[in-house]
Amino acid sequence: MPVINVEDLTDLDKAKMEVTQLKIEVTLERAKVSKCCEEISEYIQSGADEDPLVKGIPEEKNPFKEKGGCVIC
Amino acid sequence: MGEMEQLRKEAESLKDEITAARKAVQDLTLQDHVAGTAVVGRVQLKTRKTLRGHLSKIYAVHWGDSKLCVSASQDGKLIVWDSYTTNKVHAIPLKSSWVMTCSYAPSGNMVACGGLDNMCSIYNLKGKDGNVKVMRELAAHTGYLSCCRFLNDNEIITSSGDCTCVLWDIETGSQKTVFAGHLGDCMSLGVAPDFNTFISGACDFTAKLWDIRDGQCRQTFGGHESDINAIGFFPNGNAVITGSDDASCKLYDLRSDQELITYQDSGIMCGVTSLAPSLSGRLILAGYDDFNCNIWDSLKAERVGVLSGHDNRVSCIGVTPDGMACCTGSWDSFLKIWN
Repeated sequence: MPVINVEDLTDLDKAKMEVTQLKIEVTLERAKVSKCCEEISEYIQSGADEDPLVKGIPEEKNPFKEKGGCVIC
Repeated sequence: MGEMEQLRKEAESLKDEITAARKAVQDLTLQDHVAGTAVVGRVQLKTRKTLRGHLSKIYAVHWGDSKLCVSASQDGKLIVWDSYTTNKVHAIPLKSSWVMTCSYAPSGNMVACGGLDNMCSIYNLKGKDGNVKVMRELAAHTGYLSCCRFLNDNEIITSSGDCTCVLWDIETGSQKTVFAGHLGDCMSLGVAPDFNTFISGACDFTAKLWDIRDGQCRQTFGGHESDINAIGFFPNGNAVITGSDDASCKLYDLRSDQELITYQDSGIMCGVTSLAPSLSGRLILAGYDDFNCNIWDSLKAERVGVLSGHDNRVSCIGVTPDGMACCTGSWDSFLKIWN
């Protein structure tokens, strides 16, 4: 498959490409934002309690903790 | 009316239709939906490890699993680190030191990198004699390689300053699909959790969602006022997060085809270089030109933490697959592991 050299495209080529692409995008079925917000926040809430960066990690379970010695942070 | 003028009118009319269609489904804003949700508590992460060894600016880092990561620096090296011990598992010298991106294959068998040489070089980490060698050089882009991500051991997607993204067959070194449509340098890409689609962010200020198998651009997201430098999927695969030189990050929802929220603060005036969501998606960690990394509550769009510690631009960031830590890479030549 040949490389498409964007620098070689004329303004007319680019305009045709843009219209072709917009014709595809205009037909998209769009879901209601309320439903999408619901799904995103449900997904987050169900996982946030187990999210280590949100709830913190007990020292004994932290694989990155310093193993003894003095550490200057 | 000339053909150019006709096409311009048609494009405007189609864009108006899309804007109307997006508005028609906007029965609520995310802000309204989460009005009753509390902001997540202050997030204070500490540097647990500093990975020292690079001699110049670090441009990219990518986790292979939750312990091993690969970093790329303009000192001309790729280093694979055991982040638990800070040991260097591999230090791979590169033919071209002008590297801008690196990637770890999901299998752990290979790493890839590329940059101003316009090529994506694939390295086999599991060669029989133990030496890490170049396995393939994928050449065809006519601009710099800004990002690369493996789909599997035989397929990789690259984004380039030549405004295209390409899906490669590693075995044959050939391009399977060219994804053209962006009108500016492609700066970053992210692969969906289900590997069926990928997203690209570009200097034309837009993000595009592509179908990997049929090569089609399915959706285009605008709204940013400058180059998009960083892009990533929200963990459930239904939303996209972008970071831009306009100092903001945005969350775009794929199913309603629109921007849901912008993460910005009047006190932040420098560009976003990199970003990564936390495991649940509740936090978005974003690296900035001002040497810091800001942590955002993704639902409430409030800053809930800062990672300070680097002495130069934070150029890259990544969260481990198990969500236990994040790694920042900087122009100060160090990588830091935080949790």
